[in-house]
Amino acid sequence: MIDAPAKSRGAGFYPARNPMKPGLVENLPHVRLDFGRNMIEQPASPVRTPRSEPPAVQVRDVWMLFPGRHGGRDIPVLERINVEVQSGEFVCIVGPSGCGKTTLLNIIAGFLKASRGEVLVEGQPVHGPDPRRIVIFQEGSVFPWLNVRTNVGFGLSDKSAAEREQIVQHYIHMVGLTGFESAYLRQLSGGMRQRVEIARALAANPEVLYMDEPFGALDYFTRFKMRADLIRIWQQERKTILFVTHDIDEAIQLADRVVVLGQRPSTIQLISPVELPRPRDLNSPMYLEIRDRILDALGMSLRGVVGGNGIGRSAGVGDVNIGS
Amino acid sequence: MKPIVPDDVEPSSSESSARFSYSAIELPSLVATAFLLVWDIAVRFSGSDLFPKPIEVLWGLVELARKGLLVKYVVASLFRVTWGFTLAVVVGIPFGLLLGSNRLAQTAFNPLIQGFRPISPIAWIPVAILWFGVSDAAPVFLIFLASVFPITVSTAAAVKSVQSVYLRAADNFGLTRMQLFRRVIFPASLPQIITGLRIGLGIAWLVVVAAEMIAVNSGLGYLIIDARNAGKRYDLVVAGMVLIGVIGWVLDVLMRQIERFPSVKWAYGTTHD
Repeated sequence: MIDAPAKSRGAGFYPARNPMKPGLVENLPHVRLDFGRNMIEQPASPVRTPRSEPPAVQVRDVWMLFPGRHGGRDIPVLERINVEVQSGEFVCIVGPSGCGKTTLLNIIAGFLKASRGEVLVEGQPVHGPDPRRIVIFQEGSVFPWLNVRTNVGFGLSDKSAAEREQIVQHYIHMVGLTGFESAYLRQLSGGMRQRVEIARALAANPEVLYMDEPFGALDYFTRFKMRADLIRIWQQERKTILFVTHDIDEAIQLADRVVVLGQRPSTIQLISPVELPRPRDLNSPMYLEIRDRILDALGMSLRGVVGGNGIGRSAGVGDVNIGS
Repeated sequence: MKPIVPDDVEPSSSESSARFSYSAIELPSLVATAFLLVWDIAVRFSGSDLFPKPIEVLWGLVELARKGLLVKYVVASLFRVTWGFTLAVVVGIPFGLLLGSNRLAQTAFNPLIQGFRPISPIAWIPVAILWFGVSDAAPVFLIFLASVFPITVSTAAAVKSVQSVYLRAADNFGLTRMQLFRRVIFPASLPQIITGLRIGLGIAWLVVVAAEMIAVNSGLGYLIIDARNAGKRYDLVVAGMVLIGVIGWVLDVLMRQIERFPSVKWAYGTTHD
């Protein structure tokens, strides 16, 4: 049983959440992509100060069995899952397709009940979904009958019209959709749809964001840009993020810590901190080392995959997807 | 700092207007003209005294207009359809929403509905006359019966086919059962409900003609049967048929306008006219 190491660097040591201020977006350094240097330029990491609250999300000894078809034997999906996510931390759960990552996220979010074990949020057991913890779904859940503005304002029906409009504008600007307020889903590209989804989640002011392969359906360049923007938004908003992906590079580019799940029935193979300073140099030896460590934990190695001479290792930004 | 504009911000599709070229008008006009020509020639060749040529149908329409019957009968038919169809909407949509969202209601009512549905509204005519006599109520009842089933069934199907990810998202935002219905289930089902309304209205227009042939003494159905019985005026029979066709078409075009609203347009293909 591997437990989350909440150690030295103390992931999630953040100051209290910044109240939302107009002009916050303007004051932050611009995000720029430089493919030539394989570098994502981002604002400097926030100052971390020690804190002593309970972890934002605690997964305690979660097991999941799916009932077998036609009265057959139950199918074990998850075994002995233990994860702790600190407040403000960005954790990625990575694993091959079909390993039960989405099932785990659904359990954590309260849409599914674990066969055994429990999920605690700030020390309280989770009994169902809650607006303080918003899920961003893999298949996209932006409502096609609403436009961008009304979608983003969906979770704000208890606010006054003026207040709602202000919050909606703030987040539409933050995700870069200014000018598209009146557009409907069918008029938006895949990346823009995910931006609406992220803005709608943020507008509801949740403490935690659960993201289930949100960029999985996007093309390579859009995905890259979305990651950079997500890091910028995360640093502005101080949300706790639990992000599920099958893409190891995506996990290392984004996360403070990477939780690696194995083949089904999944157990945690490795929890690896990513102590790369942001902006992250995707060519740094440490980046490649972490990637190798994760691949090793999954019983795979890039060494010798291409031509047997390590070409795969020096692939730099190349996407290494395991499973498919 | 300038605003952040992501690279992927670019509208994915826009409707093309190239489809509406001149051939969209000219080609159908050509076919319709050819049809009238063939009709005219066929009547001349057959030497029929009874079946009218197109021009005689036109004079028949003029005659109806002069006598004031054209407007009177059209209004009478539309009045009955409006009432019967409105009643069907008022009953069918809520009932369909209930059936689509409640498994128990679905199980309880489904056999009854499936048993009633195949009974042609025409078969109800004697029953309608027995209950309502020769009055406007009889055709209104028949129109209601004819359109309430497609509206109910398509509404129930629409609710059941709402994507579960929308329900989970709504659940995540903490909506109450009532809010879930109003803000997610209803708008998500609306496009398919509108399709049901279109089918219902089409059937209502078919049924009003049949009902008026038997149960009342006004309207376009009555015009047809009266013109035939009162002196074999087939020019007026066909004139009535032309009116029915044109008005039915107009009704469908009007219903289709609803499908253009942005809040429902998402569910229909872009090739819609």
